Amino acid sequence: MRKIKLAILLLIIIFPLKASALIEVDITRGNLNPLPIAVSALYSDQETSEALKKEIKIDKIGDEISSVIENNLKATGLFNPLEKKAFLQKPDVAHLKPRFEDWSLIKAQALITGKVEFRDDRVRVEFRLWDVLAAREMLALAFTTTPNNWRRIGHIISDKIYERLTGEKGYFDTRIIYVSEEGPKTKRVKKLAIMDQDGFNTKYLTLGNELVLTPRFNPTNQMVTYLSYFKNLPRVYLLDIETGIQEVVGDFPGMTFAPRFSPDGKKIIMSFAKDGNSDIYTMNLENRIVERITNHPSIDTSPSYSPDGKFITFNSDRSGYQQIYVMKSDGSKVKRISFGNGLYGTPVWSPRGDLIAFTKLHKGKFYIGVMRTDGTGERLLTENYYQEAPSWSPNGRVLIFYRETKSNSDGEGFSAKLWSIDLTGYNERQVITETDASDPSWSSLLSN
Amino acid sequence: MIFKKSTYNLILASIFALLLSACAQQSAKIDSQIQGDVYTGTDTVEYLADGVPDRVFFATNESVLTTASRDTLRKQAAWLRKNSNINVVLEGHADERGTREYNLALGERRANAAKDYLMTYGISENRISVISYGKERPVDSGSNPLSWSKNRRSVTVKAN
Repeated sequence: MRKIKLAILLLIIIFPLKASALIEVDITRGNLNPLPIAVSALYSDQETSEALKKEIKIDKIGDEISSVIENNLKATGLFNPLEKKAFLQKPDVAHLKPRFEDWSLIKAQALITGKVEFRDDRVRVEFRLWDVLAAREMLALAFTTTPNNWRRIGHIISDKIYERLTGEKGYFDTRIIYVSEEGPKTKRVKKLAIMDQDGFNTKYLTLGNELVLTPRFNPTNQMVTYLSYFKNLPRVYLLDIETGIQEVVGDFPGMTFAPRFSPDGKKIIMSFAKDGNSDIYTMNLENRIVERITNHPSIDTSPSYSPDGKFITFNSDRSGYQQIYVMKSDGSKVKRISFGNGLYGTPVWSPRGDLIAFTKLHKGKFYIGVMRTDGTGERLLTENYYQEAPSWSPNGRVLIFYRETKSNSDGEGFSAKLWSIDLTGYNERQVITETDASDPSWSSLLSN
Repeated sequence: MIFKKSTYNLILASIFALLLSACAQQSAKIDSQIQGDVYTGTDTVEYLADGVPDRVFFATNESVLTTASRDTLRKQAAWLRKNSNINVVLEGHADERGTREYNLALGERRANAAKDYLMTYGISENRISVISYGKERPVDSGSNPLSWSKNRRSVTVKAN
């Protein structure tokens, strides 16, 4: 595997005289020295504990929320949550006023404390982030919600902590939509599934009666566009997640596929295949106007808008083989940007606008990589037998994709799983799903 | 001069051809079921009627019909002309070694290559519909070159 050999030092910049951020975590490089952080259990009094146990059957809500936070921070590879057994201070006391010497003794550099209360059928969670070495509070916030929403509180707190310590938005209060897979390769049953970013709260949105592929969120995460083989007619569909209402997108006399939303959510961009030729089209969801964007006797597919909506990157074999192109959003000024060895597919524009992630096939191996939007600075993050279809975390720091394993001649040994990797090429990890999974798409932040 | 040169070329070409066929024979011993990246076996083939195979195979990333494929499609066209009440669906497929979205387009291109050929042999367009399954419906679930070659196919299926 080729990874960029960058300095792997954790930068903890301390300015003792300034009142601004004392601890800082640099997320722009691979990190082999994660920040030691103590996540104290959130405190709740007996009354709250008993009420919540009755209400949502959770015994120690404070412990549960703190482990959501711990797991989130750990999965970034930037933080090292310390063993709770080593903590010397009780959660309630620590939340009021930490004894910083005790926390510094166990080498914690940051400390998270908090309190959960149950009042008028609602849960109120407050937390504080402390800089242990500077002996001061860095952040204090409180949230109120319905009891069933307690995991989301853990994610929102994680986002606030991540943002305070790294200076960038987090990606924890998000969901992943993907295709759940079951059964033998030749008769794979596929369903749309949605889950929290950490793998919890999985819900299935289709029953598996028809083949479904490539779901993608709209910018507000309420709608999904995907390909369905309903009635054996492969067409792009639109699904409202709340109501479950589905509709075909447009009235095309042939297969439509590879859909994505425009950044303003008003259009769907997709491929339409007719007479052996696939071109890129958009449909405006408000006035139903269909526009043809490419017109070329080659395969044009996998379109993805730039975050400002002014450009489109797509995949075409007009040069003879699959390569990545960029054009203006009206289809003009088409420019090839991939020139390395091998085939390139599935380009996706980063939410920060500066990079395009892609799949590359070279000498029988599949790579997930990134390049600048003019094609320079190609960097391969991970190599494998088969992997494709990267999707960006909303802050543009992490990519999620799927990976398939080789099967023997009886089809045994095959699996499809979700994986994620940091833009740095470090911190590759499997994203656990209930079933086999493919075609992941990352939502934007649910709350802001 | 010109004559000489072309004779020389001819000799070179025949030597080359001999070498090639020797190579082909050798690889044929190793694997008689793939030629030039295209499946030539009969393992997965079903028949629309006696002597009318239902499918044609393609090279990696290609949608060009081989001589054998054209032969198969001419048989299908003859059978369709005789059975004018039958309509067909051409199902285009790709192997698992490509990106999902591109493979959907590739399957569509393959099925249309077969459709175009049937049409040039007199089968009306409105008797033929086309569907691509990309890499979603392999016929052989192995992860090896022979399995992949069986999966790069266009299958003619009776629609009624």
